[in-house]
Amino acid sequence: MRREPPRSPADYAPLAFPALMLIVFFVVPFSIMIAVSFFKRDPAGFYKPDFVFDNYARFLSAFFGEVLGFSLMLAVTVAACCIVVAFPFTYLLTKRPRRVQTVWLVGLLSVLSLSEVIIGFAWSTLFSRTAGITNLFVAVGLMSEPVALLPTFGAVLTGMVYQALPYTILVLYPALVRLDPTMTEAARTLGASPMRAFFNVVVPALRNTIVATLIMVFVFALGSYLLPQILGRPRHWTLSVLITDQAIYQSNMPFAAAMAVFLVLISLSLVGLTLLVGRRENAA
Amino acid sequence: MNALRRLYFLAVALFLAAPLLVVAGVSVNEKQDLTFPPRGFSLAWYAQIFTDPEWRAALFHSLTLAVCSAALAVLIALPLAWFLWRRIAPWANVFQVLGLAPFILPPVITALGFLSFWATLGLFGQFFTAIVSHAIFFVTLPLVTLSLGFASIDRSLVEAAATMGADDRTVARTVVLPLILPYLISGYAFAFVLSLNEYIIAYMTIGFTTETLPIKIFNALRYGYTPTMASVSVFFVAVAALVFGSIARFGDIRRLLGALSSEDS
Amino acid sequence: MSGLSINAITKRFGDFAAVDDVTLAVPHGSFVCLLGPSGCGKTTLLRMIAGLEEPSAGAIVLDGDDITTLPTHKRNLGMVFQSLALFPHLTVGDNIAYALRIRGASKQDQRKRVEELLSMIHLSGFADRPVTKLSGGQRQRVAIARALALSPKLFLLDEPLSALDAKLREAMQVELRQLQQRLGITTIVVTHDQREAMTMADLVVVMGKGKILQAAAPIEIYRKPADAFVADFIGITNLLPVEKDGAGRSTVLGAAVPELACPSGMTKATISIRPEDVRLTAPGKGMLDGTVTFVRDLGGTIETFVEAAGTTITAVATPRERPDVQVGQKVGVLLPAESCVVVKS
Repeated sequence: MRREPPRSPADYAPLAFPALMLIVFFVVPFSIMIAVSFFKRDPAGFYKPDFVFDNYARFLSAFFGEVLGFSLMLAVTVAACCIVVAFPFTYLLTKRPRRVQTVWLVGLLSVLSLSEVIIGFAWSTLFSRTAGITNLFVAVGLMSEPVALLPTFGAVLTGMVYQALPYTILVLYPALVRLDPTMTEAARTLGASPMRAFFNVVVPALRNTIVATLIMVFVFALGSYLLPQILGRPRHWTLSVLITDQAIYQSNMPFAAAMAVFLVLISLSLVGLTLLVGRRENAA
Repeated sequence: MNALRRLYFLAVALFLAAPLLVVAGVSVNEKQDLTFPPRGFSLAWYAQIFTDPEWRAALFHSLTLAVCSAALAVLIALPLAWFLWRRIAPWANVFQVLGLAPFILPPVITALGFLSFWATLGLFGQFFTAIVSHAIFFVTLPLVTLSLGFASIDRSLVEAAATMGADDRTVARTVVLPLILPYLISGYAFAFVLSLNEYIIAYMTIGFTTETLPIKIFNALRYGYTPTMASVSVFFVAVAALVFGSIARFGDIRRLLGALSSEDS
Repeated sequence: MSGLSINAITKRFGDFAAVDDVTLAVPHGSFVCLLGPSGCGKTTLLRMIAGLEEPSAGAIVLDGDDITTLPTHKRNLGMVFQSLALFPHLTVGDNIAYALRIRGASKQDQRKRVEELLSMIHLSGFADRPVTKLSGGQRQRVAIARALALSPKLFLLDEPLSALDAKLREAMQVELRQLQQRLGITTIVVTHDQREAMTMADLVVVMGKGKILQAAAPIEIYRKPADAFVADFIGITNLLPVEKDGAGRSTVLGAAVPELACPSGMTKATISIRPEDVRLTAPGKGMLDGTVTFVRDLGGTIETFVEAAGTTITAVATPRERPDVQVGQKVGVLLPAESCVVVKS
């Protein structure tokens, strides 16, 4: 069976259900959200239809600027940490026997699928005074008494790196596993040490992959909404937390929607950039 | 060099496992304290997931949600992936993008979209809204695995079936479906596990009326500690490991995650 | 008429004509090889016969019925694909029984037919094995048996032996030809291997750039190639320019070959002479003098490369005929006129 263009309306039939579902339950909600972002807040209910830019005007405040700046900084830091750890790790992983790779992939998927709630809870336990890691340091004599390591910026960062690391590894995996091994072998025969071959051949060859992954992890980290709440102080809250907070606790849907639209624009432009980078890689 | 690599792998493994080990530890504490190493040993907190009516209800809600939404996600993804594989219709790729978008965008955005949508329709808080929302949010997973599955079918297999007298429908039943079944099951399993763990969308659609396990854990977390949270977390890790382990056992997880074939290592 | 006739078939992909106005008659029960380099349109032609590609123009008639637009699954044919296309999720037996199963044949009939076919391909007792556990040659046989399960009117094979190693391929060529003769089934094979075509075919169809360059019996193609391309593609040949001198005699590389008759009116042409027809003699005793530049001693035959008048001429002989030639040796070259074929260049 060759691929062929649809000829009769019946040929389109399989598309009907998925198209209907995606339009009704994704495109429409999305449009409604955009519409709501121009609505006015109604303290009695959710909102009332209007067309105002008030919600967007609030972005101009110093508070919002701080949150945005912090969110971006946090996401960049998380993405950078993840790449630095994940890239060499994934490279080495792809050189291991199949069984070893499979076990690791199962483990990584299991961690990746964990709810933010559980990750937050697990790290809050590990950073707690009574059950935390400091008890171990006390036991080996590094510290005199256990302390709580949260809420701190370090705790937020650790939690988010934990959440994003499996994601980073799994995004890098296809590119690295398909990398032609003869490339590094050629470098080795020319006298490069394994370390040199890695930095001189593998890293430059996958430069675009690294950039694309960095952006994807950045967007992923932007989406983190619970960890800053569980592991940090209110000043560690990100845009995602703020959106949740405004929508649920402050019942200010229009403002939450405006921030969400803003976040979409940031994410979309970055995803677009990823695709562009990817295309250049394919073209090269 | 070898020792260095081992150390590196060990460090990553420890980083990934440490919080889970501690949670596993505190989950078997005899008393309702948050202490590690655990004092005493008790599996009572695991029993509580099933005996305590609130936890049991949350477990039931989560399982129902995951089972149904993953099924719906597969039902949406299967015809779409099939169509994209079978037909040349460039504009139909729009739907592929729509299927991938919810998963790539920050989840808060999708969640907020659903909240506005269901609230506008006046259906806010009804259980089925969470099923539909999760199905749309996770449709990406079966869509990706199924697209991969279809791409892996050698088209000459389909042509061979046609030369032997099979029409489109027979080909779909006797050749295509058996070949993509492993991908269909993986897609379902991925969506199932992630739906089970999902918090924000469940919270923004049915969070005020119904508790799923992640919502219950978070609510419990805000009002103080109970070891049941730890036992539920361990339960989640176990379910995920079991599901992904079975995919690896019966399918080719490396291929699903992007390796070209099972031959390369 | 009985058999397959292809009438002025054309297949265009955009501006590119993969198959360009091809007409061919395949008599019932004959074995035809479509031969040509990759991209010559032979596979596209086969796929149009199978209904896997739709012709842009022309008609295909099988036993008097126009099947040009008939969908593949209604054509009653058996096809072996280059990749073999064995269903990986089915056993050997289920693969072979596929055509019967989807037509609702009883389990008993299916099993009976599978056993017949397995014994025909010398794989009795393999029915319950997974196809993934077979060797290359066994998979090949299973693909052939599967295509023949319903005794089709037409048996099509697309580069069926290309995945096998050289020895097995030669053995399978003989086996396939014998099987076809026993069953008397009209068979069309696509191949780029001229040796394969010579071994199996009643009719060899040489294609190039979407057109049929020559369609004839194998030995005729070898002995009387229609043009330089065919001569060069089938076996090894020496292509040499032939001119007429002032006296109207034919000359090859400046040496007169008076017996060689050129078509009238032609002043410049090319001759093809097979290496086994080239004779080497002592210097001065041939038509041309040359120097041996390379000797390829293959044991059974010796190929000698002779540089003469600025061209390399290849001569092949058995070691008995030419016990010792060495690189650098001066030789005379004889081109017997009766072995020279004038071809369009």
